[in-house]
Amino acid sequence: MAAIGERRITYDARGLAEPHAEAPRIAEIDGTTARFDAADLTIRTINLELRRLVYEEGVTDVVIDNPASRHSLGVGILTRCSITFNGSLGYFACGLIDGPEVHITGRVGWSACENMMSGVVVVDSNAGSLTGAAMRGGDLVVKGRVGARTGIDQKGGTIIVLGSAGSMTGFMMQRGRMIICGDVGPGLGDSMYDGDIYVAGAIKSLGIDCVPGEWTDADTELIERKFSNHGLGSPPAFQKFVCGKALYNYDSLEPAERKLVI
Amino acid sequence: MCGIAGIIYRDGSTHPIGDEMTRMLQSMKHRGPDSTGYALYGAPENGNLVMRYKLADANTARDFEYEDRLRRHRFEVESRLATLGATLHEVEEETPYAFRVTFGFDGELQLLADLVEDIPDAEVLSLGRSLEIVKDLGDAESVHETYGLHSFAGTHAIGHVRMATESEVDIAGAHPYWAYPYSDVAVVHNGQLTNYFYWRRRLERAGRRFMSECDSKIIAVYLAKEMSEGLSLEEAMHKSLDELDGVFTYIAVTKDELGVAKDELAAKPLVLYESDDLVALASEEIAIRQLLGHEIETYDPYEREVLVWQR
Repeated sequence: MAAIGERRITYDARGLAEPHAEAPRIAEIDGTTARFDAADLTIRTINLELRRLVYEEGVTDVVIDNPASRHSLGVGILTRCSITFNGSLGYFACGLIDGPEVHITGRVGWSACENMMSGVVVVDSNAGSLTGAAMRGGDLVVKGRVGARTGIDQKGGTIIVLGSAGSMTGFMMQRGRMIICGDVGPGLGDSMYDGDIYVAGAIKSLGIDCVPGEWTDADTELIERKFSNHGLGSPPAFQKFVCGKALYNYDSLEPAERKLVI
Repeated sequence: MCGIAGIIYRDGSTHPIGDEMTRMLQSMKHRGPDSTGYALYGAPENGNLVMRYKLADANTARDFEYEDRLRRHRFEVESRLATLGATLHEVEEETPYAFRVTFGFDGELQLLADLVEDIPDAEVLSLGRSLEIVKDLGDAESVHETYGLHSFAGTHAIGHVRMATESEVDIAGAHPYWAYPYSDVAVVHNGQLTNYFYWRRRLERAGRRFMSECDSKIIAVYLAKEMSEGLSLEEAMHKSLDELDGVFTYIAVTKDELGVAKDELAAKPLVLYESDDLVALASEEIAIRQLLGHEIETYDPYEREVLVWQR
């Protein structure tokens, strides 16, 4: 019989029941490379082991086997390193990262790379909705299809999707670039403030204040550079979409701000 | 938030779906710890009907008369069934307040359900030849244990873990919902319907009754009504995209079909896995991974998609 306060917890998706968890120290380290099997670990201990390797052991190249679609893996890594997930990840994969180059050989769930600051994430299969939400920098490449609201509130960086995208792609986008090689759903770029969206496939409908943009040499250069950087072959022909700047008042200041300027 | 899941074996083969659905739902416990429910399709027993009903909740106040009242109400249910001409075969007491009854009956199901639910606190959870709905408070493992679902074999199933947003945490508020008064139709839903009262009034005027305040019940009754007027499940689900407002991903099942529909915003998640013999779908891929131990190829359907599979 467990004493009061020691109730056995059999289920812990969010890792909150392990406030005193420590890195399991199971990775095989070989110089600056390391590899470990996550099959029998919890979300929290997988992340602790990953952090131990890149922050304490000086490892720059980590391979993680059997992530098994679990949520919140690889989040908040703020150093330059290379991480490979052999398999699929769940929701919130690689959120808030600043620096790592991540390769995911399976798919990711909703909100992958949320608020990513810099680095590269390559997903070999599909992604869920809200991919690259509020992303600020770096490159996010999804080789399959993505769900709805990709790049919602995007503030920088580049999202490249080789497959199709769902509804409201680029919703309230504020800066950065989105390159979609397949078809997109209704409401593309709805209520966007700024940024560029490139689409190669069919578009179901444009959102409010999203208009075709003028193609320049800089656009050609950007797309060719991104495709060659990530080894994606030769790019298809794209249409460009930008903000019509008719929905918001960009030039007028709030009354309080106007006083300060004068 | 809520989590939903479904499995259907396309070749119609029988599998331990009680265990499989439990593993799927338990892995999504974080989406809804309040209550858990199953709609399971077993093999029909010689044309008999199976009714699951409850007379109280796990959290009903246990007053001095509680046990006596349960005994009287249970006797009343059985005597009303007999009065209607049903031949009772078996009555199983799953918990002191939830029962499974098998019986032969040729009459009208609506009248039978109405007579049972006329008894105070009684609710028919499911009525059909192969459908059985099991739902109660707690996580999947505790419901599985209480109701002995490890022995349940069948061809298809849906399940739901609930985080209550707009109605009580009790069995009446838990999913799946049976499509009163049509046999063998059930629905699980993740989302909120905003024209609930409009549809509730319309359906009540058409003679349907609602034992629950939960908006999701509307979907089951709506689909069954459309199907009784000649539409296929797929046609009825397409029609629902225009007639139901709000955000939803719902899974509907009949005795040999399983379908899923998403609203026009694709606001609620769904991950889909299809193979030649099995279709599995859930709010999160981690639930599907409980059935298949290896890496799988899955995708998220888009807005306004309706997909239906046969067993």
